[in-house]
Amino acid sequence: MAALILGIALGAAPLAPRDLLLGVLRRGDPTAIAIIWSLRLPRVALGFVVGGVLAVSGAALQALVRNPLADPYLLGLSGGAGLGAVLALAAGVVSAWALPAAAFAGALAAILVVYRLAIVAGGALDSRILLLAGVVVGAFAGALLSGVLAVSEASQVKTATLWLMGGLGGVGWPGVVALATYSAPAVAVLMAEARALNLLALGEEPAQHLGADVARTKRRVYVAASLLAAASVAAAGMIGFVGLVVPHAVRLLKGHDHRVLLPAAFVLGGTFLVLADTLARTVFAPVELPVGVVTAVVGVPIFAVLLRRWTNPSSS
Amino acid sequence: MDEPVFELSGATVRYDPRTPAVDGVSLRVRRGECVAIVGPNGAGKTTLLRALLGLVPCSAGRALALGRDARAWPRDALARVVGVVAQREEPAFPITVREAVEMGRYAHLGAWRAMGAADREAVGRAMRRTDVETLGTRWVATLSGGEWQRVRIARALAQEPLGLVLDEPTASLDLKHEMELFELVADLVRHDGLAALVVSHHINIAARFADRLVLLAGGRVVADDTPERVLEPGRLAAVFGWPVAVSRLPDGSPQLYAERSPRTPGSATP
Repeated sequence: MAALILGIALGAAPLAPRDLLLGVLRRGDPTAIAIIWSLRLPRVALGFVVGGVLAVSGAALQALVRNPLADPYLLGLSGGAGLGAVLALAAGVVSAWALPAAAFAGALAAILVVYRLAIVAGGALDSRILLLAGVVVGAFAGALLSGVLAVSEASQVKTATLWLMGGLGGVGWPGVVALATYSAPAVAVLMAEARALNLLALGEEPAQHLGADVARTKRRVYVAASLLAAASVAAAGMIGFVGLVVPHAVRLLKGHDHRVLLPAAFVLGGTFLVLADTLARTVFAPVELPVGVVTAVVGVPIFAVLLRRWTNPSSS
Repeated sequence: MDEPVFELSGATVRYDPRTPAVDGVSLRVRRGECVAIVGPNGAGKTTLLRALLGLVPCSAGRALALGRDARAWPRDALARVVGVVAQREEPAFPITVREAVEMGRYAHLGAWRAMGAADREAVGRAMRRTDVETLGTRWVATLSGGEWQRVRIARALAQEPLGLVLDEPTASLDLKHEMELFELVADLVRHDGLAALVVSHHINIAARFADRLVLLAGGRVVADDTPERVLEPGRLAAVFGWPVAVSRLPDGSPQLYAERSPRTPGSATP
């Protein structure tokens, strides 16, 4: 809650607390009202939903592949989304709407290819094959992306690069609504599979013996979690480490029951991203950092600590 | 309803079209009965279990749980009547003993329902029965091998099943814990009337606790009878490819021991 207020209050254009209060109530200084209602509020709302969705997606995927270091972008999504966006730019599409749509399409294509590869190779969505296929598809898309960038004009390259770094600025209320619409059913599916995810963490065979339909659960979780990540990439570009670090923090704080973990990850992920975005907007104001830079700067050291802890369980 | 809890009739499982892993196996396990499946490596013991639990299809014959095709059971419904202690299990995230045992209730709870009084009662009963109620707050990763096996049996009991399947339950346990575990299983069969199916390498301990031994070799049932009748030196020597003898304990149960090779090392295999 405090993070949300902070996110609304702080920005390149400073607002007095009085203007802020009046502005939220749509009274007083029209400039403040405009800043609050068409810039700050949608941005904070988008940040909250994107952060929440990424964290939920990460938490679910970690249980699915039985590895706490998994991340939504590991499954080839980032490459696919980036390639989609850059292809759209290279094709001369400049509409603010087309870019997220193209990124979403690219991410979906990557998901389909990874899923297909994992099914063909393993038959039962073997988590190791899923990870490998994700990495390979991501690398392939990344290579194509570099190729397209190399032959594009400089202005397009700059737009694409900025977008790839991630940001919560561009999309406004319609973007928030679109993301929320995509996310709600996917989050509901993951919540319905929360107990099955608890079982899956024991291993596939024990999970089956305890009543989980493992093949069905894996299919649903993979598709729902990937869709969440793809939708968030489409809305806000590539924002790393939220899906990795936040579920971890929640696992430490709240334990591993996914019925608690998933909602808690949503709230903490949203809060984390809103704070990161507030930092990104204010540290070098009026120049704005891409929020992905902030999450990476905060996220990588945390990841390093977690990795150490994971490889030396005795030190935890 | 004295329907067998587990039943295979002429069940055949093929991973590869020419050589079936399980070949026309028939067996029944009723309530109040403990049956052990024994046999050399590669005899088809694990495949037999997988068929019985509906994890692999039978290319011929049938695998039934309580009279219903094992693969026709929804997994959660099957988990309400059959508890399984599988050979391998490695939690990816740390959980406590109580959380682990509570997972036995998931098949009853579905996706949304919270634990009720009946569920807590079932969990408590299972933990008392297996003597793990004092371990409730321990992390499972800190348990000894014997404690972990008891916790997993508690979890299976929390499912409130009619049948229990144990795959090599004592593979990594020392003498005391192995005996404790088998005494517990025998007690669950005698007093609680469960049907128990145990796969074990340890023929001698199986012979002491099981009502029947099913001797498996090359995917076929070589013998299915009381331990006294199954432990016949000639038959076992043929199945295991090694000369064996059988002696008797004071309580009458037959025990198998392997002879030292009568031939020079290197020519010992037939």
